Amino acid sequence: MARFVLRRALQSAVVLIGVTLVVFLLLQLVPGDPVRVALGTRFDQETYDALRERAGLDQPLPVQYASYLGHALTGDLGVSFRTGQPVSQIVLERLPATLSLAVTAVLFALLVAFPLGIVAAVRSGSAVDHAARVFSQFGVSVPDFWMGIMGILLFAGVLGWLPPSGYVALTEDPGRWATHVALPAVTVGLVAASILTRFIRSSVLEVLSADYVRTAEAKGLRNRVVIVRHVLRNALIPVVTVVAVQLASLLGGVIVIEVLFAWPGIGRLTFDAVQARDYPVLQGAVLLVAALFLLVNLLVDILYARLDPRITVK
Amino acid sequence: MSERTERMPSQRQRPRTDSTVLSVDDLTVTIGTRRGPARAVAGVSWQVRQGETFALVGESGSGKSMTLLAATGLAPRAATVTGRVRLLDHELTALPDDRRRRLRGRHVGFVFQDPMTSLNPVLPVGRQVTEAAEEHLGLTRRAARDRAVELLELVGIPSAARRVDAYPHQFSGGMRQRVAIAMALACEPDLLIADEPTTALDVTTQAQIIELVADLQARLGTAVVWVTHDLGVVAGIADTVAVMYGGRIVEQGPVDGVFDTPTHQYTRALLAARPDPSRRGEDLVAIPGAPPSPLDLPPGCAFWPRCPVRADPRCEHELPPLTPVGDGHTVRTFYRGEAG
Amino acid sequence: MSATTESTGRRVLDALRRDPLAVGGTIVLVLLVVVGVAGPWLAPAGVNDVDVDQMLRPPSGAHPFGTDELGRDVLSRVLVAARVSLQVGAVSVGIALVAGVTLGLFAGYYRGWLDSILMRCMDVLFAFPVLLLAVAIVAVLGPGLLTAMVAIGVVYTPIFARITRAGVLSVREQVFVRAAVSIGASDLRIMRRHVLPNIAAPLIVQTSLSLAFAILSEAALSFLGLGIQPPAPAWGRMLFDGRGFVTDAWWLGVFPGAAIFLTVLAFNLVGDALRDVLDPRQLTLAEARRSTP
Repeated sequence: MARFVLRRALQSAVVLIGVTLVVFLLLQLVPGDPVRVALGTRFDQETYDALRERAGLDQPLPVQYASYLGHALTGDLGVSFRTGQPVSQIVLERLPATLSLAVTAVLFALLVAFPLGIVAAVRSGSAVDHAARVFSQFGVSVPDFWMGIMGILLFAGVLGWLPPSGYVALTEDPGRWATHVALPAVTVGLVAASILTRFIRSSVLEVLSADYVRTAEAKGLRNRVVIVRHVLRNALIPVVTVVAVQLASLLGGVIVIEVLFAWPGIGRLTFDAVQARDYPVLQGAVLLVAALFLLVNLLVDILYARLDPRITVK
Repeated sequence: MSERTERMPSQRQRPRTDSTVLSVDDLTVTIGTRRGPARAVAGVSWQVRQGETFALVGESGSGKSMTLLAATGLAPRAATVTGRVRLLDHELTALPDDRRRRLRGRHVGFVFQDPMTSLNPVLPVGRQVTEAAEEHLGLTRRAARDRAVELLELVGIPSAARRVDAYPHQFSGGMRQRVAIAMALACEPDLLIADEPTTALDVTTQAQIIELVADLQARLGTAVVWVTHDLGVVAGIADTVAVMYGGRIVEQGPVDGVFDTPTHQYTRALLAARPDPSRRGEDLVAIPGAPPSPLDLPPGCAFWPRCPVRADPRCEHELPPLTPVGDGHTVRTFYRGEAG
Repeated sequence: MSATTESTGRRVLDALRRDPLAVGGTIVLVLLVVVGVAGPWLAPAGVNDVDVDQMLRPPSGAHPFGTDELGRDVLSRVLVAARVSLQVGAVSVGIALVAGVTLGLFAGYYRGWLDSILMRCMDVLFAFPVLLLAVAIVAVLGPGLLTAMVAIGVVYTPIFARITRAGVLSVREQVFVRAAVSIGASDLRIMRRHVLPNIAAPLIVQTSLSLAFAILSEAALSFLGLGIQPPAPAWGRMLFDGRGFVTDAWWLGVFPGAAIFLTVLAFNLVGDALRDVLDPRQLTLAEARRSTP
């Protein structure tokens, strides 16, 4: 087990170094001088020189990368071309908003997808099964921002129950946070739920036809026990991975939804950085998200190995 | 189908009462498929008494497994089951699902064919061995654990106390089948149903498992139904045998009678196809042709298309009745040619 | 080989014909292609005909989908924008397919260090959420039609590389490939004649499903102003521009979004039907990743 964890952690570290290289190279891809492009009409020589020096752009590329990597390891991701604030601070400030949205959305998705996917598989061919299939096809095809707009139209426009956009911190006022998070979280959660439903349904269906389920039935166990102890215990192990990938992507900030609902998370920050050509902030946001993504995947693989006793032997 | 009520006393020395554990009467199973109804089992009747071993023999697809699944309420949802099944004093076919489920778990133990897939991979074996006892005998988790160790010792798992928390993948195939047997015996059932329990195992392990079941049966007095396609196994352990083909019993009777004077051509073909240790290295005599599809059964004897003799033309168009040919020995054929 | 290919083709057609959802999806796709080609001629008005007297008018006989905040005809803009979506979808998936299959073939066929390096690169690309990477690439290259296509193409390359590599690894050791090697067939010939036909099924399925994802990604990019630039119409951009008016002018939100939804749905329905026939057990990893566009 320890060796497995170590090996997976090493793999993630190698990929993370690759990620930093990609993120570093992003700046090199900017046509022309990124600092000049970023400053645009606000150009003045003094700021320009300071920023270029701070970003180390006068050094040869390998030196630049080595210094970028070295700084990144100590948590220094450079400064914003716009405000001069440290990037790591700007990015971390946005994390709570994204985190609270992502977790709410995933919880909502789990709440919908688990009962729906399980019932659809256990009663395959029933009305619930058909409903689940329509739902999942709808969810993988609908653009989430369109669903968000329709949500605004219905709940903010026609019914007037919820605010159309905006953010209140959870720590500040939980009640108002909830009314603001409802629409974006349900929007994102429904799309995630549709994919999860489909996955759970097929996973449970596969296990239902396993020999050991017949063994359990032959023991005369109650149906509920057969389903929970034998079917779900096996069927839900691979589902853990899917949930984790979804959570990890959501932590990356749902750019479009955060823009639509004026939710000041990582996604919104990325959008603003793109608009302002604030490349260090863009790099910082992308790097943080990819690192989070890798971390969640690593944790899930370890969790997976704990859940499935067969893994540790391999 | 009352030919089999008078029955030859067994030659075996074994405590025996006359109580019937399971009796199956005129059982028919029809499965609805996309291409129409498939008649998997047709009018099958047999019974097994306490301490006795009954062997159900046939090729795969002959309906032998389906007979047992349907009799115990484990048939797939698409199956329609008719006929009467009696377990001890209970008319199983008349009972609601829930009552049948409880009787099945309490009084019948199952061992299935493939020990690699019939155990739950994510549950420790000890848990699996005794969960039926927890359900039906109300064992506490602690008591269940002690009982699990006891059962694992009973089936010959070395250092059972340590292995009780291990997972199925940590056992070899033969050891897993021992676990499966321990599992089946958890409630001290009156009947053990072993559905080809040795088919997936190598020859040495096969012999060990057969010996284990015979030994346990002698100690516990359990009735055993042994499903197999291997007549060689049957000769060693069974008291009575029924040979199935195309969903029907074609020959049935005391093991000695059927082996000494096999009368149906299918039984004879099976006996000829039996691997014979004294002729090791020679080719096995396989039966030419394939078993009939349950969607499209011949009107007469289902074996007719493959029958090497075809001596009595009535067999082609008319279903032969099960007729007595010896002491408790019945056969479904019109042909009475000299045996052997 | 050609005989089996032909019968597979017939089998696929037969199966698709029997599946009413696939038939529906195919009909929608055919209509879309017609609109994509003939959009400008089908449109009742010019896409940039501004009419300040006709701003934000609800659907009517003259403007079946209403007008936008500049008085432009929404139906015309929706029809013309179909071409952009299909074009971006096709080109970007084409890029991903060619790049991914090439990389996957080399990685799986030659294995060794080449395989390790290529696949680690794919892992790195896999470590970014799909849309975030596309946004970052477009942001540095500058927004526009071409960069959007390149960005989406890069993002979907790893999945094709992985599918191809897995297929190659399983095909490589089969007898007919080893036989071809032993009689001295060249590597390229073996790849083309023996390996590619055997991994075609999962690739076809993935292509069809990726088209759906790519069109969704294009819509998201253009929603963020990173797709084709105004005044050219794009569905995502129309939603972005209309989002401020949507509680007063529902048609600005409904019609462009419905167009995206129908297009993506059609590709998904056809893709699912193809998967059921060709490759029922293909991993749903791509779907899991798509959970957040």
